[in-house]
Amino acid sequence: MHPAFSVIFFTTSSGAGYGLLALMGIFGAAGLLPADRWVGLAGLFMALALISTGLLSSTFHLGRPERAWRAITQWRSSWLAREGVMAVLTYIPAGLMGLGWVWFEDMQGPWAVAGIVTALLSWITVVCTAMIYRSLRPIHQWHNDWTVPSYGLLSLMSGAVLMSVLIHLFGIENDYIQGLTVVTLAAGWGLKTLYWGFNKRSRGLPTMNSALGIDAGDVSVLELPHTSDNYLMKEMGFKVARKHADKLRRIAHLLGFALPLALSLLAMFVSGYVALAAVVIAWGSCSLGILTERWLFFAEAKHTVNLYYGATSV
Amino acid sequence: MTSLPSTTNKKLGLVIDLDTCVGCHACATNCKEWNTGGHSAPLTDYDPYGKKPDGVWFNRVHSYEVKRGNRPNLTINFPRSCLHCENAGCVTVCPTGASYKRAEDGIVLVNTDKCIGCKLCSWACPYGAREFDEDEGVMKKCTLCVDRIYNENLEPEDRQPVCVITCPAGARHFGDLNDPESAVSQLTAARHGRDLMGELGYKPTNKYLPPRARKVDAADVGAPEELEAVEADGFLGWLDNVLSK
Repeated sequence: MHPAFSVIFFTTSSGAGYGLLALMGIFGAAGLLPADRWVGLAGLFMALALISTGLLSSTFHLGRPERAWRAITQWRSSWLAREGVMAVLTYIPAGLMGLGWVWFEDMQGPWAVAGIVTALLSWITVVCTAMIYRSLRPIHQWHNDWTVPSYGLLSLMSGAVLMSVLIHLFGIENDYIQGLTVVTLAAGWGLKTLYWGFNKRSRGLPTMNSALGIDAGDVSVLELPHTSDNYLMKEMGFKVARKHADKLRRIAHLLGFALPLALSLLAMFVSGYVALAAVVIAWGSCSLGILTERWLFFAEAKHTVNLYYGATSV
Repeated sequence: MTSLPSTTNKKLGLVIDLDTCVGCHACATNCKEWNTGGHSAPLTDYDPYGKKPDGVWFNRVHSYEVKRGNRPNLTINFPRSCLHCENAGCVTVCPTGASYKRAEDGIVLVNTDKCIGCKLCSWACPYGAREFDEDEGVMKKCTLCVDRIYNENLEPEDRQPVCVITCPAGARHFGDLNDPESAVSQLTAARHGRDLMGELGYKPTNKYLPPRARKVDAADVGAPEELEAVEADGFLGWLDNVLSK
């Protein structure tokens, strides 16, 4: 599948934003973060800025961006519409939480409830995003049980990496948060490695024979219907990144997981500026690594339409 | 609504005969001609006279070779267009309500006034039936010539999709596949019509008739294996006799 940069940026940026927002809600409600105006403002601003720029960027790949508002109407059947609805709804408790945290400097009682509701809605939004891909049967690399957990965990992971930057900026010592960063990085790395392994081994059911309704024989392309690449070949037949897939995967392993994991572990044992530098570099590295991971997610997805253009399996 | 109708009164669709299709592209060409002025008009072209012409088509004709062990290879011409699936995934993923399946006849259509051009429907179609119009920023697809088949300004025999009317080989058939007595249903039953990628569960309405067994040897058509000399009489008989001495 063609990796549209606006969609790659949207899923990584909003994923990190919703991860951070959910953790703000949970840790805020649990009293593990100080109900301090500036901590609340910085954390919520980071989260909501990432979410909002991500959502905005996702409208850039639309043919008719001015009609984007229509995309929340069909929530009964469409995961894309559900995602839109949940994304809009999440702003409400997030705003309430911000009111409590930033204005009243209070994260107890109703404000804590707003925090928990924010976390739940954030997670549901991320699940809806993942379900857009999970629900597409023509793409075996997405239509499997790894897609949703992977999106969910990577969102939580990139949120935790950001949160550890936040606490180090404010000089807050919190082993729960730094520990969560380490655990989610390790778990995310493991899950994504398994997911990549699944995609390497597993193939979709359709074949060239079933695509043509011809039961027996070896089918090969004799002649294409057109002389130059059409929409289908540009959108579904993208091959550039597949050529470099192994190199890009090594980059994703290193920048997305290994380096941030080592630096986040280091930050547990050092303090001051060294720890701050470690978590900031971990965040930068992780962001680049997850962008690469997301590029591969699209570029390595093989749509069944490729069977009509000579692919022997998808 | 992008929820699918639970049942449709009719299942209008095409039956395409891979045995007789000669791969002339007439169906695709006439489709382009009619539909560039029809329901989803225009069918935009980019760089039409340049080096890399491209554009929106509802129907594409592929050609394949099938190797079958020690039997002769088979050439298959394969027209590919929307199959108007019963379980149309392209419709349910649509976030705006632009894509819909009609309850009365099962035709899958796009309302291009509501389409935001997110392209998700084209990802959800396993058959590559939908093509994006970059100029208009909206998705387009086969309408089963909805603007012909009910069109009372046309003669009754012309109220069919243009791809069917134009096919010189009679390889395309149009009708109600919900009615077991219809010609298309009978033909599908007799020729063991196939669902494409049935394993994905989209329940396509259009059926493809696989090629019939090829008649390779003379005996297959009831002809003698070798030609035998005819007993001659008259002048030729006399000549034969003289020369045989």
